[in-house]
Amino acid sequence: MNTAGKTLLEPVIDRNPITLQILGVCSALAVTTQMIPSLIMGLALIFVIAASSAAISMIRNHMPGNIRIIIQMTIIASLVILVDQFLKAFAYDISRQLSVFVGLIITNCIVLGRAEAFASSNPVGPSVLDGVGHGIGYALVLLVVAFFRELFGSGKLFGIEILPLASEGGWYLPNGLMLLAPSAFFIIGLMIWAIRTWKPAQVEKPEYQIHVVHRTEAL
Amino acid sequence: MSEQNANRTGLFGRLAALPNDSIAKMLLVTVTLSLVCSVLVSSAAVLLKPMQMRNVELARKARILEVAGLMEPERSVDELFAGVEPRLVELDTGEFSEAFDPATYDQRIAARDPDLSRAIEPWNDIAGIGRKARYAPVYLVESGGEVEKVILPVHGYGLWSTMYGFLALSGDGEEVLGLTFYQHAETPGLGGEIENPRWLERWVGKQVYGPEGEVRLQVVRGSVGPEDEWADWAIDGISGATLTADGVSNMVKYWLGEDGFKPFLVRLREEGA
Repeated sequence: MNTAGKTLLEPVIDRNPITLQILGVCSALAVTTQMIPSLIMGLALIFVIAASSAAISMIRNHMPGNIRIIIQMTIIASLVILVDQFLKAFAYDISRQLSVFVGLIITNCIVLGRAEAFASSNPVGPSVLDGVGHGIGYALVLLVVAFFRELFGSGKLFGIEILPLASEGGWYLPNGLMLLAPSAFFIIGLMIWAIRTWKPAQVEKPEYQIHVVHRTEAL
Repeated sequence: MSEQNANRTGLFGRLAALPNDSIAKMLLVTVTLSLVCSVLVSSAAVLLKPMQMRNVELARKARILEVAGLMEPERSVDELFAGVEPRLVELDTGEFSEAFDPATYDQRIAARDPDLSRAIEPWNDIAGIGRKARYAPVYLVESGGEVEKVILPVHGYGLWSTMYGFLALSGDGEEVLGLTFYQHAETPGLGGEIENPRWLERWVGKQVYGPEGEVRLQVVRGSVGPEDEWADWAIDGISGATLTADGVSNMVKYWLGEDGFKPFLVRLREEGA
């Protein structure tokens, strides 16, 4: 694979921001009860991270080192407000559902993380690709989590009924846990487990091990 | 990097060539960035404002239609709202007023204007709203010359926040047809359950006034059985949301009482629209 493709695709699964780097989990818990808000949230983040990476990469040679985080935050915050304003104008219902979480993209560690780790030391092209790749990785996890939560929590996908609910004359009794935040923890946990079984390279070395006392050792 | 910058010419080139960590460069970068960002943000806010206002307006109309049971998913909100007649009411006298256009009148802004509102005496201020606008919009649904439904805007303080909603009553002002909240900041999962459609459904069919004309409609602790003698007026409480539910009770009591819409409802019953 060429370098550009690698920059774009590596963060999708191999270096996924949520399942490998465990960043941005907060919003992944909050907005994933349904597919549509998750999709919009994913798209919003892809836009913010791509545009902020481009802007930060463009001014990287003129960025005073000791105020660089403030500059990065200003750029990210402005872009997030833009997204929020556009959602309120063109997708009002979804902006109500996402409520504060669009605003909280500002504090999403993935965006600032990429700005600091990649965009501030790489040219514009690769920075945008890196940002989009991480955005896609984030959106993908959100959609997978939302798939399970919406399907088993309310019997629907993208708002379309898949499993008819018992309360409306069908046969499916929804799992209330799926509508609560802890279920997203479980699903993300299972995803991390599945991905690390498939790609053992992602498994981290244990930080410490309990020392087993051997019989030859003096107590 | 510094070699690149060194051979720039012109004013911008010389400024750009300053060492990144010098005070001048830092100020230059900060000011430029702030300017660019604020122009972007403020122009987006100004340009998109009309569309956002329209969305808020549509959402408010949709809430009024929902609470009156008039919502039909296949027809547009504007089309359905044509069957609803907004009117302006002077609260103290209960009479219709032409002082403002009810479609554009904003009760919340009016409640802050000393000319259009008054402070509520502390002993009367059970809803915890502080000030009361002189006029309030009401929404009438008529059929065959008779007022069939009245939709009243209500608000009151819950546990953390002022809760804003609409209450739909039958034309004689005696029976609840629906209640909905469109803005509040109560605890999600506890007080936030006031938005739960299953709980709001329990309001439908309840009576408002007792035999003496006093407001009896209220949320009680625990549940209400059909054989309870107060079953006609009482609504089940929400577990873990006693204070929010008390706020809802007080809000209803205030807005349906003498200080609120009662003079209007009495007049409407006697004289019609």
